[in-house]
Amino acid sequence: MMMTLGNGSLRVDLKLIADMVEPGSRVLDVGCGDGTLLSWLGEQKQVDGRGIELSMSGVSAAVTQGLSVIQGDADTDLKDYPQGAFDTVILSQTLQATRAPKDVLSNMLRIGRRAIVSFPNFGHWRVRAGLAIGGRMPVTDTLTYEWYDTPNIHFCTIRDFTELCRVLNIRIDTAIALDRDGGVLPMSGAGRMANLFAAQGLFVLSRGSI
Amino acid sequence: MSAADPIDHNPAGLTVELGRDRPIRLDCGVEMDHVVVAYQTYGRLNADKSNAILICHALTGDHYVADPHPLTGKPGWWDDLVGPGKLLDTDRYFLICSNVLGGCMGTTGPKEVNPATGKPWGQSFPVITIGDMVQVQARLVDSFGIDQLFCVIGGSMGGMQVLEWCASLPDRVFSAVPIATAARHSAQNIAFHEVGRQAIIADPDWMGGDYLEQGTTPKRGLAVARMAAHITYLSEAALHRKFGRNLQGDRDAFSYGFGADFQVESYLRHQGSTFVDRFDANSYLYITRAMDYFDLAAEHGGVLANAFKGTKTRFCVASFSSDWLFPTSESREVVHALNAVAANVSFVEIQSDKGHDAFLLDEPEFHATLRGFIEGAARHRGLAAKGAQS
Repeated sequence: MMMTLGNGSLRVDLKLIADMVEPGSRVLDVGCGDGTLLSWLGEQKQVDGRGIELSMSGVSAAVTQGLSVIQGDADTDLKDYPQGAFDTVILSQTLQATRAPKDVLSNMLRIGRRAIVSFPNFGHWRVRAGLAIGGRMPVTDTLTYEWYDTPNIHFCTIRDFTELCRVLNIRIDTAIALDRDGGVLPMSGAGRMANLFAAQGLFVLSRGSI
Repeated sequence: MSAADPIDHNPAGLTVELGRDRPIRLDCGVEMDHVVVAYQTYGRLNADKSNAILICHALTGDHYVADPHPLTGKPGWWDDLVGPGKLLDTDRYFLICSNVLGGCMGTTGPKEVNPATGKPWGQSFPVITIGDMVQVQARLVDSFGIDQLFCVIGGSMGGMQVLEWCASLPDRVFSAVPIATAARHSAQNIAFHEVGRQAIIADPDWMGGDYLEQGTTPKRGLAVARMAAHITYLSEAALHRKFGRNLQGDRDAFSYGFGADFQVESYLRHQGSTFVDRFDANSYLYITRAMDYFDLAAEHGGVLANAFKGTKTRFCVASFSSDWLFPTSESREVVHALNAVAANVSFVEIQSDKGHDAFLLDEPEFHATLRGFIEGAARHRGLAAKGAQS
């Protein structure tokens, strides 16, 4: 499920996420890959970090570094954790590959006080153009798979995502529009402009008031 | 100081007598005030006694972890893992491994003499549990003045002991590595054990368990028990790779009889016949029973997570993909229970076609993962890379 987009130094979008995490807090990174982000958070922010990762190579690399990572996935393993077990639950570039994104999102905000979610925006103009003009399923820099071998089974646009948050009574604390390299775009992350021009969306979420 | 240091390491092992001052109360209700424990140590305990690792052996294992076995002469069962600079580094850690209660390599068990009667315990030995084994281990750890073990590690039945330690004495375990194990013995595993036990009991030389007094040995029964069990330790792929349908070396056709035509038959017969030279039949009955009785969830109101409530222990759970005796699903049950109490847990399923026995074999990925976990735990425990000197 995890797409490891790069190893070694912290990817631009991961750095953005890392900056949002409070020092010394309890963090769960869902789809943590080889543990790059957790490792950085542990060293730089003394975070009490845990990870879930589907690929054996990722888990092995993470545990070998001394990180606390289990082999599992967002669909099956989030339900076990007790309410409020973490300060922040991170889901980076993985939501679109889950079987039940709605349940995953609900669970993240049940077990975490806060959730940080990033995902590729299917509303991006290149995607729209690819389908509208080319008549083919889009393959872009952030969506690199052909339709027949993609692990991404639940695509959404930024507007779809904000609508799901509304339905689930999830509060959007921060919304950031990112370009394909993870750079921040100068626009509201949840608006129509972002929905057209952002290659990725990055959201900080918390439980809404009832 | 290193384990190569000849002082305070005796390859023959050590013994200690426990229970005199405070009897050990077993789960079955019997109290024992004279329990001898045979054990082995490697490396040195540091000044603040924070570098001790307890190794728990499996069903037919013993405390000769990294010393030649006194009966077979074979290298220790975890010789690859234990030693200076190795994964369980004897330059840094103080390693303890004891023969379990009910065992037959020096610890009090059915083979040993009951001091009250002057005769071997035999079938009068009380039925023991994994919890009883752990209780005795805890007394041994007490005797070193160690409050908290840096790590408790073991595979198979050893893993059951690790889980029992974490559930019953959580404050005494800083990190735990239950390998290829389960929080309860499955119906299928109880069934296999029952086959083994019945093979022993059906052997006329078993003599109702009184064979030591009668001067016999239930060799055939114990050998069959071992043969059946040995199949469960391997995988079909491993058996096929090793033997296929190959006939024994000197045969090029079937014998049309019941001799060992196939290599796999000859291999199993060899496993059975060598086992009886080093293992006691009654011990086999008692220890398999202890495993059958193990069910950590049942001991905690039917909810496995309750066994780990409030735990601060760092866990590393490991399973092997081709292990059908303690399949990955059993390890996952443990992981789910640990997640439910937000425990600090790592979990890996190692890809291997070697079956259950993989935990004893050279599995580089398994060892790399284990090394990383122990190194990480050592950092959190403040055990510096070269800080184990006393």
